[in-house]
Amino acid sequence: MFTAAKGRLAWSAVAVGAVVALAGCASGDPLDEGTSTDEEGAAAPLVVSSQAYYSNEIIAEIYSQALEAGGYEVDRQFQIGQREVYLPELEAGNIDVFPEYIGSLLQALDPEAAGGTADEVFADLQEALSEGLTALEPADASDQNSWTVTQEFADKYDLTDVASLANVTEPLIVGGNSELATRPYGPDALKSQYGVPIAEVKSIEDSGGPLTVKALVDNDIQLANIYTADPNIKANSLVALDDPDGIFFPDNVVTVVSDKVDAGAQEILDEVNAALSADDLVSLNSESVNDQKSADVIAEAWLTEKGLI
Amino acid sequence: MNLIIDAIAWILDSAHYGGPNGIGARLFEHLWISVLSLLIAGAIAIPVGFFIGHTGKGKAAAVLVSGGVRALPTLGLISILGLSIGIGVQAPIIAFVVLAIPSMLAGAYAGFEAIDRRIVDSARSVGMTEWQIVGRVELPLGLPLLIGGIRSATLQVIATATLAAYISGGGLGSFIFLGLRTNDYTQMLAGSILVIALAIAFEGAFSVLQRLVVPAGVRAGQRTNVRSGSSRSVAAAE
Amino acid sequence: MNWVLNNLPLIGERTLDHLAIAVPAIILSFLLSVPIGWVANRYSASNSALLWLSGSLLAVSGLLYAIPSLPLFLALPAIIGTGLRDPINVVIGLTLYGIALMVRATADALASVDPNVQQSANAMGFSGWSRFWKVELPLAGPVLLAGIRVVSVSTVSLTTVGAVLGIKSLGLLFTDGLQRNIPGEIYAGIVLTILIAVVLDAILVLCGRLLMPWRHAAAAPKPQVPIEREVNA
Repeated sequence: MFTAAKGRLAWSAVAVGAVVALAGCASGDPLDEGTSTDEEGAAAPLVVSSQAYYSNEIIAEIYSQALEAGGYEVDRQFQIGQREVYLPELEAGNIDVFPEYIGSLLQALDPEAAGGTADEVFADLQEALSEGLTALEPADASDQNSWTVTQEFADKYDLTDVASLANVTEPLIVGGNSELATRPYGPDALKSQYGVPIAEVKSIEDSGGPLTVKALVDNDIQLANIYTADPNIKANSLVALDDPDGIFFPDNVVTVVSDKVDAGAQEILDEVNAALSADDLVSLNSESVNDQKSADVIAEAWLTEKGLI
Repeated sequence: MNLIIDAIAWILDSAHYGGPNGIGARLFEHLWISVLSLLIAGAIAIPVGFFIGHTGKGKAAAVLVSGGVRALPTLGLISILGLSIGIGVQAPIIAFVVLAIPSMLAGAYAGFEAIDRRIVDSARSVGMTEWQIVGRVELPLGLPLLIGGIRSATLQVIATATLAAYISGGGLGSFIFLGLRTNDYTQMLAGSILVIALAIAFEGAFSVLQRLVVPAGVRAGQRTNVRSGSSRSVAAAE
Repeated sequence: MNWVLNNLPLIGERTLDHLAIAVPAIILSFLLSVPIGWVANRYSASNSALLWLSGSLLAVSGLLYAIPSLPLFLALPAIIGTGLRDPINVVIGLTLYGIALMVRATADALASVDPNVQQSANAMGFSGWSRFWKVELPLAGPVLLAGIRVVSVSTVSLTTVGAVLGIKSLGLLFTDGLQRNIPGEIYAGIVLTILIAVVLDAILVLCGRLLMPWRHAAAAPKPQVPIEREVNA
């Protein structure tokens, strides 16, 4: 017979466990705690977030450590996901400091935006940002879209910049994110502006990551959309074609801050951005990918080297 | 509700049907990737399941391996395989085969195990060889539960085949990822609805099939169970 | 492998995050499936309206599993108002999948209870409610346990999808490992996911043995007839 007492005890243990677990989950909206100001005078910690992108996380970690060295309390909420996930959070004021890229962010906020130089794009971005958000002065470092080919392919057709793709006689297979097909700088632009013969567009969802690189190296695709700060470009002797016509928006690193970030904190962030050069970003990424170091180790080393902490 | 109406309108829009990225092409890709994976998984899992069910050996190992394999996150598997094999359909197909094997295995051996041992003994006593027993006695009797296992595997593979698009394997997942990347919820929802519709179609076909394959003699003796098909198969098999 | 050794705290943290999402989902699935499965079973042989209810409950719940997980997690905030990055969002999505798997198993389990036993219980004076708790549920226990084991494994595996939304789980090891081309990280994620599934499965089996001790008693070999009999005879 089912021992009633023991059974009931067991079931109630399960029920209690369930309630506890649920309670733990329910109170666990991490963002709310970060933004409430606890008491008068005690500043709430600044919420620093990052994309689900290791390079972005390194930059966010650098910001966090610099702010902490400056006496601020930081609440790290990294790896939030792609723009469609974190942008609403940013606009709602749940995030205080976020490393972004001027061109990509501008296009996300204003799909009709015209491109231009880095300064023009930055000015447009400042206008496009919603109330309560500010974009600080961008860094030199940029991580932008590029059309990349292998060294052999570049040698074969004497490719130097995007326009020279017109030299290619065989139909190309292009690889990149699925949104590439809809972008103004995508395969359609290559066809119409430069007359590049495109056979097929393959969607690889890792945003120029190792799968895309491998496909390029294996010659499954001949032209790939890879980000310029990707250490794989150097590691695999790939050639990122120059973009003098600026079909790709410039994507300098920029810090988006909320109202809660005061002048002192902004100054610290400005210092960091001023010190971040393009080569620096590539070598930071390389340490993560090739040396497999974690973001906090990389950030601390770089900040110490630059004398910022 | 509006979003769903928009999504259905998107699906019905004839402009979305043509070309390599159209609904027709993607649907075809989704189907052949799923079916191929299921066939391969079946070719592996069903004979092994029959062996386990018929001889009674190796069940504990099978259950353990099945359970472990069932826990394998398909996206993780596709990622790892993609890093070594490259883009295309190969990595996803391998991952889907791995996904489908546990359910088919369970269906196969559960079907055999559910057969009354006395029937098998009687078959042996009238002189049937082992192979004849498997083919003429155990297989027909175990068919409903086997079909139940295949049905469960099919549902999982069709739902998960959306991940093939992650590494350029095509399929209905392309609409989902593209919609996700471009904030086009209509397209994303449309892709999801197509997958669900495909799953419904297969579920319906299988439920009819499961009822049809029950041998007439067995059907006569069963009490009428108005529920559509038994998936006690997978559950009871554990 | 170096990466694994250097990042054990991270791996541990992700494992706990994973459990914090998977375990509540499994428990919720079970708690919600029992009433739904009971309704589906109770009316499975009755008049047309209720039959339709039962049939559609089974059909709809089964098909929930076909909804691709990522769109579901993205659509839930719009439907029920959870935050997109709120772990509760993923828990609810996982619960829906768990219900999809479990309702049919529950209905089958309750159907497998011998009607003769149910009638005896009625004859002894059990009310419907206490008959359910003391007779049907315990007898349906083994099949329910089998069902929940499947749900547990499936939930642990599906939790990883939340990583695409940035919800912390072992899935983040996949996405990060893939981006940085660190196979060790991806393997760590896979191995730990399987490990968690196996451990939870073992815990469930243990719970089953504790809650249903008669299964063991029945399975134990019957004691031999004492030899004294022969002597007496």
